Amino acid sequence: MDRRLALPAFAGAALVIALAASAPWLKFVFTIALAKGLAVTGILLLLRAGQVSFGHALYIAVGAYTVAFTRPHVGEMLLLLPLAAAAGTIVGLAVGLFVARYRDIFFGMLNLAFSMVFYSLLEKLYEYTKGTDGIRVARPTIAGMALERVDYEWTMLIGGIALALALGWLASRFLASPLGQALPAIKTRETRLEFAGISAKRVLLVAYVISAALAGLGGGIIACTTLHVTPLLSYWTHSGELVFIAILGGGGSVLGPYLGAIVYELVRVYAAAAFPDGWQMILGAVLLLIILFAARGLWGIYEDLVLRKGRRA
Amino acid sequence: MTLLLFLAILDGLAYAAQVFMVAVGLTLIFGVLRILNVAHGSFFAIGGYVAATLGTWAATTALAPALALPALLLAAVLVGGVLGPVIERLILSRIYVKEHVLQLLVTFALFMILEDIQKLTWGVQPIFQDAPVRVLGQVEVGDIIYTAYQLYLLPGVALATLLGLMWFLRRTLTGRVIVAVTEDREAATAMGIDANRVYLLTFTFGTVLAALGGALASPTTSLVPGVGVNMIVLSFAVVATAGLGQIEGAMLTALLIGLGRSVAVYFAPEFEVVIPYLIMVAVLLVRPHGLFGRPELRRV
Amino acid sequence: MTAPLLSAKGLKIAFGGVKAADGIDLDIAPGEFVAIIGPNGAGKTTFINMTTGYLRPQAGHIHFDGAEITGLPPRSIVRRGIARSFQIPQLFTEHTVIENVALKVAAHGRFWRGLRPLLDAETATTAMRLLEQFGLADVATARATELNEGTRKLTDIAMAMALKPRVLLMDEPTSGVASSEKFGIMDTLVAALRAEGVTAVFVEHDMEVVERYADRVAVWSQGKILAAGPPATVLADPAVLREVIGVETKHAHA
Repeated sequence: MDRRLALPAFAGAALVIALAASAPWLKFVFTIALAKGLAVTGILLLLRAGQVSFGHALYIAVGAYTVAFTRPHVGEMLLLLPLAAAAGTIVGLAVGLFVARYRDIFFGMLNLAFSMVFYSLLEKLYEYTKGTDGIRVARPTIAGMALERVDYEWTMLIGGIALALALGWLASRFLASPLGQALPAIKTRETRLEFAGISAKRVLLVAYVISAALAGLGGGIIACTTLHVTPLLSYWTHSGELVFIAILGGGGSVLGPYLGAIVYELVRVYAAAAFPDGWQMILGAVLLLIILFAARGLWGIYEDLVLRKGRRA
Repeated sequence: MTLLLFLAILDGLAYAAQVFMVAVGLTLIFGVLRILNVAHGSFFAIGGYVAATLGTWAATTALAPALALPALLLAAVLVGGVLGPVIERLILSRIYVKEHVLQLLVTFALFMILEDIQKLTWGVQPIFQDAPVRVLGQVEVGDIIYTAYQLYLLPGVALATLLGLMWFLRRTLTGRVIVAVTEDREAATAMGIDANRVYLLTFTFGTVLAALGGALASPTTSLVPGVGVNMIVLSFAVVATAGLGQIEGAMLTALLIGLGRSVAVYFAPEFEVVIPYLIMVAVLLVRPHGLFGRPELRRV
Repeated sequence: MTAPLLSAKGLKIAFGGVKAADGIDLDIAPGEFVAIIGPNGAGKTTFINMTTGYLRPQAGHIHFDGAEITGLPPRSIVRRGIARSFQIPQLFTEHTVIENVALKVAAHGRFWRGLRPLLDAETATTAMRLLEQFGLADVATARATELNEGTRKLTDIAMAMALKPRVLLMDEPTSGVASSEKFGIMDTLVAALRAEGVTAVFVEHDMEVVERYADRVAVWSQGKILAAGPPATVLADPAVLREVIGVETKHAHA
């Protein structure tokens, strides 16, 4: 990762840890934000290709329910999380083989449809999923250690930060690689890829499966943090939330998703409680404003304020 | 068994009629504006809520029974006539030239806003107003007693909408202008057609249809948060299975999906929601552009 | 006579009532430079589109190096060694010139492998060598959208060459280029193609360019080949003059 990313990444990580140390309840909020940041990184890859999925909460739910279903048999988080990511990958590949044939409207809406089908199955197949009651997840061990609540929460947060840094670095490498650089071609004119001997569908499929794996992993972390999973995880509002965070953070950098997710979760803790029935409306209005007036999101604002000014000096 | 199947078919027809009203607006708007309005399902929901509110008010007046049915139409015209032009002029008209992904995001944002407006206005408790069903009474079909509202009125309105729309698009000047814009926007504009007016008109009309679908559905379903999202994904399934922009095709796939769903309701209730999408995925696997859709030529 | 590298037999395709190819037979020998001329709408670009897999002929066969390639998708045809450039250059507008070329270099090699950056040392060197061959080294870091038409054409052709083709099909390499630049551009690209031993087919409207650079000319008219042979002979044929040059002179001044 180049210095322009590494510096704010480590500074941000330090700030998150400092804030969490000063206000204990923030550990939970930040861990959830980092988990969502992972999923939003996947949304960002798809947005690079000009595609938007209104159904990626599906993969969050797949990851979370994988943890919930296997937790009675597997007690170790270092196994549970890879399983969650693997489940996301497998479902992502199956769905992706179908949806990667489509673009734009179809791509967005087919994803929405798949996630809503999954939601209704989670709700209706009570025998396996306990329906809307959801499933409790016993706190797993971490590297063989059964931790007390405070230690567990700290480990989750630090682990989440480490994962975010590592995967953020990998994502930036991916975006710079030929495959990542080919993504924008899908947005503008994908026949150019075909004439270079490359299947545009396969390029999109790779990005899609990566995004599903990231969301699956994020879902696993969410299940291990909230210790309770419900069908609501795959409801459309949560897919919308991921898209919202991606746009809020801005598509210009792999740090955008984490910046967006942390700001979003902090605001949500207060605002969603104050306006439970108006929260989506606020999100929708802010989304409209960003799209119409500040298309590069928070990261774009950061670039304008800090990087441009720094370069001029 | 046969009785259940018969009942499922009657339910399916009534349901298909409702879905068609929403889907046909969605596909018409797409055909002309080239925008898939994710908020289209919200017009269905708001149409339903306003109809229920109007119906409850009408029930308190002296003309109670006579007003029940006109209230449905009034609700649709009110919702579509106000929301349609406002949204088209204020928001959509700004994004016609933008990237597809931004257009989708904008209508998705609208969808988020409209979903909460419903919650803030009508609360989260189920709302139900069945005066229109009671006005028309019941009829006997073989061994089954069924409501005249679902047996005659719903399919009747849907059929009238389809025929009316086909007549309008083929035989009237305005209709042919709309078709011209659908087929070749640049050529139509060059001929002096005011594309902006066509967009405004089409969007408003499509919105009225969705709201009418909601108004017609309100006496037989209780309105709760989430009816809008269910309807947008379902009507998208109908429209995608038929092929985007296909009007007659949408009627056929609405029937296919409506019947498939209601059969599932009686025989495999857990899979009620899954059936429509299974049908859609099965069709799209064989025909990627829908049953009646044609692939758009790729640009070199 | 050597076996043809690219061979078309009885190609037919019609759009609506218009016959864009009505029995095209054309053999191209290894190393040859063949110009395709003819009035607008004669089906010249359609021939390129069929050969590169963008259009499937309704009848006829295309063989490349002895193997049938009729109706294969564009990307398999590219992989076999037939590349093309476009009348309107198809650049990746989000990228710089060197990135554009590098993408095609990578596409030919390591595209699906690993997370090394697009412009790693090896790819950058290959891309830069190509740019130098085409006289584009100065604009390597310019955005594709900032270039003039001649430079865009050369970049498009350099990108096609990055795929290491054996046959290159060029659709009007000098159209839209200022007439003072056209020989410079053609000198550059013909030298680069000859240096790599690439066989070339190019659609061209400019008779001066055809005379100077083509080994052979094929004259298209209403989906048929009216005449083919050395430029000096073909361009002196009265039938060809009537059919093509009359239209061409008008076109050149337009």
